[in-house]
Parts: sequence; C-alpha cells; structure tokens
Amino acid sequence: MAEVGQSVSGEPAIEVDDVRFRYAASGPEVLHGVSLRIEQGEYLALIGQNGGGKTTLAKHFNGLLKPVTGFVRTMGADTRTASVAQLARTVGYVYQNPDHQIFAQKVRTEVAFGPGNLKLGPQEIERRVDEALRLVGLREYADDFAFSLGRGLRQKLAVASVLAMAPPVLVVDEPTTGLDLQGSRSILDLLGAWNADGRTIVVVTHDLALVAERVPRTVVIADGHIVADGPTRRVLSDTGVLDRAFLRPPQVTRVAQRLGEFGVAADVMTVTELHAELRRAMGM
Amino acid sequence: MGEPAAREVVIEVQGLRFRYASGQREALAGVDLTVRRGEFIGITGPSGAGKSTLCLCLKGLIPAGEISGRIAVAGQAVTRQSAFVESSALVFQDPETQIIGLTVAEDVAFGPENLKRDPDEIRAAIPQALALVRLDGSEAAETYQLSGGQKQRLAIAGALVLDPQILILDEPTSELDPVGKDEVFEVIAALRRERDVTVVMVEHAAEHLAEMADRIVVMDDGRIVDQGSPARLYRNAAIFHRPDGERAPQIAQVMYELVREGLVEETEFTAREEEAVRLLKSLLSRARDRLPSHGGGRPIGER
Repeated sequence: MAEVGQSVSGEPAIEVDDVRFRYAASGPEVLHGVSLRIEQGEYLALIGQNGGGKTTLAKHFNGLLKPVTGFVRTMGADTRTASVAQLARTVGYVYQNPDHQIFAQKVRTEVAFGPGNLKLGPQEIERRVDEALRLVGLREYADDFAFSLGRGLRQKLAVASVLAMAPPVLVVDEPTTGLDLQGSRSILDLLGAWNADGRTIVVVTHDLALVAERVPRTVVIADGHIVADGPTRRVLSDTGVLDRAFLRPPQVTRVAQRLGEFGVAADVMTVTELHAELRRAMGM
Repeated sequence: MGEPAAREVVIEVQGLRFRYASGQREALAGVDLTVRRGEFIGITGPSGAGKSTLCLCLKGLIPAGEISGRIAVAGQAVTRQSAFVESSALVFQDPETQIIGLTVAEDVAFGPENLKRDPDEIRAAIPQALALVRLDGSEAAETYQLSGGQKQRLAIAGALVLDPQILILDEPTSELDPVGKDEVFEVIAALRRERDVTVVMVEHAAEHLAEMADRIVVMDDGRIVDQGSPARLYRNAAIFHRPDGERAPQIAQVMYELVREGLVEETEFTAREEEAVRLLKSLLSRARDRLPSHGGGRPIGER
C-alpha cells in the first residue's frame, strides 16, 4: 500500500481548495471551506456521521456536485469546466445503494455499458467485462438477471461496472453496507489490490474496524469541516476528534485505552495488535 | 440464561423448510427454534443463510413457494391462511421504504387505522409509542427531515403502536451510522425493561449483540448451525475463529487467543466489553506484581 502523502507523479489525483457548498441557493451551507489534497496512488478513508458532509464532498470529486466557491481539480481538470465525459473517464463512483446504479437486465450488459460509452472496440469491451467480473467474483453470473442477485452480489456488480471503465481514481461510497463480514472483506481486498496497481482509492464508510485493518490514511469530516486528516492509526486513536464526529474507535482501541496504566499502547488498531500488546504487558 | 428459561414459549418453529418459487435450493432447510417470553434473540450468519426468510415466516408474510413444518407464534399457528399475525411486528432494514406518513404522527397512525382501531385510542397511543422510541413531542415533524436513526426509531414506533408481544427486526441498523445504531439498540433495551417485549433481531453488529442478546443463533445455508449465550457461542472456533469466519466481537477474538494460550481460563471467557476490561485489568495487575517494572505505553505507531 502507498505511504501517506506519497506522490506517484507530481500532480495530485484530487485537489479540493476552500470549497463551500449548499444544495439550494437559499439552503444551509453544508461544506464550510473544505481543503484536501489526495495524491495519486493513495488509499484513503473518508469517515463521519451521516449528514456530516462526507458524501457531499465525495460527489465533488467526479463533478457530480460543483462547488459554490473554491475549486476541485481531478487529475488536473477543474470540475467546473471539464466535460462530463472527461470526468467519467477519470473518476469512477460506486454508489452506496447498488440499486441506484444498476439498470440493465443482464449482469454482462450492465458491466459493458460504461466501456461502451468510452467508444472502445467490441473485443476490448468484452475483455474489460470479463476482467471486471473475474475481479469481483461474478464471472459465473455473467448471464444472470442483475436484479435476481442477492444484495451482496449486486454490490459487487456495481463495483464491477465501475472497474470496467478502468478509471485512475475510484470513489466507493459505503461499500460494506448490508454485506456480511466476508462480503465486506472481499470488497476491501479488491480495492486494496486495485490500489496496489497504482490507482487512487477513496472509500466513504462507517466501518472503522475495517478502515483500521486496511486503509492507510483517514480523513474525518464533521458538520461540513475536515476535523482530522492523517495516518489512520493516529486519527482513529484520537478520541477527542472521533467524539466530535460522533464516531467511536474500534473496540480493541477503546479497550487498549482503558488499560494504559499497565503500559498498553493507546493506538492499538487491530485484534492482533491488542493481543500482542497484552502479551507484552504481561511480560510474555 | 437464568430467568427467561422458566417463562412460556412464545415462538415455536419445528422442522421448517421453505423453497422460493424461483429458487434452486431450500432457503430454509429444517429450522427448529424456541423463543421464550422476554428473551432477546440475535440471529446472525452470512448473506443467503435464510435469516430474512425466517423473519417473514414468523410474521406470517410467507412468500410464494413451498413450505413445510410448523410455526406457532403466541400460541397461534402461522400458515399462509393466517396471513396477519397481530402478536408480532416486523421492522425492515431500510427505514426509507417503510415510512408512509408525511408527519411522524400520521406515520405511526397508519397501522392502527388500517386495523380500524378506535380513533380516540389511536390518538392516545401515538404519544406513548413515540415516547418508547425517544421521539416524544415530534408528532408534527415531517418524516423526510428525520435522520436515519430517527427514521428507524419511527418505524419501530409504527410497530409498537399495535402493542405487539414480539418485535422482529431484520437488520434494522445496517443502513445507520454509529450514532443511529446506538440509538436503536438503546430503544430496544428500554422496550425490554418497560414493556417486556420479546425481541428477535437479525443483526451483523456482533459487538452490540454480545452486550444485549440473551441468546445468539447462527444460521448458514438454511439451517441453525449453533446457538447459545454470547459467552458460549463466540468461543465456537469453527464458526468465528478461522479465516473467512463470521464476525465475532473484537474483544471475543482477543479472549479466544488468550484462552487458547492458557492465559485466561475457559470459564472466564467473555464477549462483553466491560467484563473483558475487568478481567484484563486483574490479569495485568497480577502480572505487574510478578514482574520487575518495565517501560511501555509508547504508541505502536512510534516503535
């Protein structure tokens, strides 16, 4: 996985500069001057309470929403002026609810739709569809009806449709909602593999235990402000910041923090780490 | 489980099999389940295990397909003909799809109005139901403005206003953020105290289940593969403590390792956070008394 702040080439994948946003001219402001820089090849989690602004911010990355003031550049392109086609090639966006995204009858048709719009040749489209279905483990369902799949498989189908576009930046909103543990882990492993190939991944989520296990950088958004941004270990062990965003650290972190008097580290992130810390504190 | 074991059976499922009209395999392949009054049963297991199908059958909303076996809820046999089971109420996963009213009061009134209950009784029951879910005084609020947690609590109020003995919830917190999740669990704890409601809840949030459920049932492939108290169930290595296993509370995973290494007695195993912290504190203070002082407490990130 990429180190925090590591840049693969000079240009950031996403640059957000002092963005303010409101949904309606007379409505309340929901982003209050947000700035964020995501380098190419980073794997980043955007966390925060519902209504805190994380999905609103994420929808700025592909130009689905445009800032009222400030600007967003995606691989150098200003989202206020770039064409929809250009942004669609650059940023893939997987929505929280797969049913808001899936529209085709057959699994294969659904996945082929995006590459079809990129004006690729039929052989290239077929290659991409097969590859995307293989990556998410849906190859055997290629000719099934999309809406006959269970929730977890529909979620994977939504991911496959975006993977087939092969965008350099992938934004995934709540990929683990409604999935069991295996489903959640396999989606995050998939994103990790995609990231290891040099792509930039932004995952919007509440699942802090999985973030602690897998994602190197974490940004916390609360009430339309970024309240923390840094290595996941530092952010998720900062109880003050998490309280402000109405989030709780993973259970192992909470337990470790109550055992500080025995020399247990306060920034434990995973089950394996707490186990090792307990053994160390017991003199094993 | 102590006291609940002595109380009367309110749900009895025997040899339940079900195959959807379009299904290749059985969604339920022989389920036996007994639930006593006042119990809180958590149901967990992978997607496709049959959890939602079981909930629908318990409520009498038997989907199209082949069914065999026996279901009795509050002494009443549940069949396709007995479609509406008044003694139980069912709350679904997505709060958006189960809210009908424009205002909170209209939404809560929808169920009893449909059952042609007396309007005065309904008017009186609304504030009570809202108080139970901590939405007191919000009768006039517009439902579309509620948060996810509030919507799900409203859906629960819509179920409670019918005064069910049994509340069945199918992944009621999976669409909610951590605060919304806590709100729903707090409301359920209060309902059990104040109304003695029996709760059957399908849920993936293992840490919440471990704190609150009397008994957890694990389903896989249409069958119940294990059930027991959190402290017994979360020790089951074949289900929880292997790669690709089901989600156990993080603290139960740590406890499992400590038991395996002989550092914690098997009888001391717990899946609950407070009990675990107490146990670990006593273990660590005993170890500290034995050991010469050592430096520690440096963050792992700085080692």
